[in-house]
Amino acid sequence: MLESIKELYKYRQLLFVMVSRELKAKYRGTVLGFFWSFMNPILLVTVYSIVFGLIFQPKYAEMEKSIYYSVFFFTGILPWTWFSSSVLESANVLIAHGSLIKKINFPVEILPMMVVITNMVHFILGVPVLILAFLILGKSLSLWVFFLPFAMLVQFVFTMGLGFFISALTVHFRDIKDILVNLITLWFFVTPIIYPFSFEPIQNSKFLKLFLSLNPMTHIVEAYQYLFFYGSLPHYKKLIVTLIVGLILFYFGYKLFDKLRDTFVEEV
Amino acid sequence: MGAIIVKDLHKFYKKFANKHKFLTLKSAFLSKTLFSDLQSDEVFAALKGVSFDVKKGKTVSIIGENGSGKSTLLKILAGISKPSKGEVVTEGRISALIELGAGFHPEISGRENIFINGSILGLSKKRIEEKLEDIIKFAELEDFIDNPVKTYSSGMYMRLGFSIAINVDPDILLIDEVLAVGDASFVPKCLDKINEFKRKGKTIIFVSHDLGTVERISDKVIWIKDGKIFKQGYPKRITDAYLEYIGKKDEEKASADHQNKEAEGSLDKEKRWGSRDVEITNVKMRDGKGNEKYVFSYDEPLSIEFDVNAKKREKDFVFGLSILNYEGVNCYGSNTHIENFKSNEMSGKGKVRINIPALNLVNGTYFLNLAVHKRDGFPFDYHHFLYTFKVVSIHRDIGIARVSHEWDFSENIKIKHKK
Repeated sequence: MLESIKELYKYRQLLFVMVSRELKAKYRGTVLGFFWSFMNPILLVTVYSIVFGLIFQPKYAEMEKSIYYSVFFFTGILPWTWFSSSVLESANVLIAHGSLIKKINFPVEILPMMVVITNMVHFILGVPVLILAFLILGKSLSLWVFFLPFAMLVQFVFTMGLGFFISALTVHFRDIKDILVNLITLWFFVTPIIYPFSFEPIQNSKFLKLFLSLNPMTHIVEAYQYLFFYGSLPHYKKLIVTLIVGLILFYFGYKLFDKLRDTFVEEV
Repeated sequence: MGAIIVKDLHKFYKKFANKHKFLTLKSAFLSKTLFSDLQSDEVFAALKGVSFDVKKGKTVSIIGENGSGKSTLLKILAGISKPSKGEVVTEGRISALIELGAGFHPEISGRENIFINGSILGLSKKRIEEKLEDIIKFAELEDFIDNPVKTYSSGMYMRLGFSIAINVDPDILLIDEVLAVGDASFVPKCLDKINEFKRKGKTIIFVSHDLGTVERISDKVIWIKDGKIFKQGYPKRITDAYLEYIGKKDEEKASADHQNKEAEGSLDKEKRWGSRDVEITNVKMRDGKGNEKYVFSYDEPLSIEFDVNAKKREKDFVFGLSILNYEGVNCYGSNTHIENFKSNEMSGKGKVRINIPALNLVNGTYFLNLAVHKRDGFPFDYHHFLYTFKVVSIHRDIGIARVSHEWDFSENIKIKHKK
């Protein structure tokens, strides 16, 4: 494992180049170009503000004004997009880059890493927009925001581990791609993004509460909500447990990936 | 640095016959065969025990028919796929020209793609920056380098890819057939570059169907057949043997086709016609020693033989031959009438032989036409486009015939013949 990490350090330039290739290619040919990375979240939060602040006006105890719901939702959906896009793209990345695997002596682990990091960059570009939305809607932020890198680390480790698992298995079981699309939708609803974890029906049901607590993404998304929305981090213990779970997943994910590595050449 | 040792190399491809019965993840989990499904019961052996070694600075070409295992071997040497059995030891940095322009993104400019492809090939950013101008200049893309790669022609794409790969500066260079796609003016440039590598003492493994190039650049040729080394050694000897083998195979196929047609009783009318009062059969080509052969060097003696059978006594007959190249251009034609033979009489069976001291034709595949007819052209038996043979030449001259010539220069012209 340590050897592999050393190896990865050697490939940092390649990883960097591959990520910037993805980023460059994404908006190439559009008028606004790279500015779309900011425009997309701006448009998203504008739509939410109109829909939830003016039309639905959901009532939750911790949200003094219903317009705050839009930033609450935005706080959750931003890391969720990083996670879900990474997982879905991981399922395709080895097959899509088949020529690199088949024709070049290429360090394959770069590919799922490229997916997770590219989506992380999109997330990072969304953060200033998120902060801007808080300022515009008059919701104050605390210094807890500076703990953001810790939440990101936990999410990165967990997502990366899952990315290794999924990318390696999809080469052999292409069905995973289709299962994933639906699984991710379900996962979205069992993660407190559109509702807070303190939502009454959840707190009142032992089963739902346990189920949500066992979902690592609950704690990860909650971390962002605490740091931005509530300005505290009371569940840091759960977050550390999530990190450990993430590391275990990462370890086994990478091991599986490494074990199946030699089969990729013939199967993609 | 630069030596290669290959020991008893095997490569089996699994056929995954089982997997397709349990294609879904769910069924695999349910039947608890997730990992045993990744194993396989049926295997196909692409390489069956290949051993050789290459000393530093040598150029070795690998030839063989499609599917013989050449590319598999090269992929293993490049480290792309792993051997199933056996071992490969390589010293130094390897660059494989198997796929040119790997990782090129069509939406991104050529310049940016140089960095992507260069990084994939293992060049540092600094080194790419140093080499950037050389790469662009060698690829002849000065005016297009900032346009997206999707606007490039396939020739431009290949040129850029080759130009980057050649700048990796490896100790061992593996080349797989990539030159086949280049445009005519770029290929000699690539070959010059390969020669430069040779002079610098780099080890080169070259896989190609272009036997002329193989002969010119290699120190040794390995002929792979059905996953094993069939023959290896001095380039000219191996390529000649290979050409002869291919020629024979073509011939066997052609004669099998021929016999099939005859069996159906409908020998192609366009290819053979005439009254058959005099018949030509059993057409054979032989080399100077009398062995049957269909692949000739441009300068070697050969003969064409055929049997004739006159069903009744015939007084007026002319034998003719012509040689056409693959485009159907008549390279040479003559007959006994033109050459002032006067026919007297023929009946029953006979034999005709035409001796040719040297063909003096350029590289290529040729058709042999034979005919026997009356002086006024009345056809007894015409064989048109029925027989083919190949001419291989060490020269890369063009045209139809190789006109014998010598170069002579006055003393103030400094020019030297390369070996």
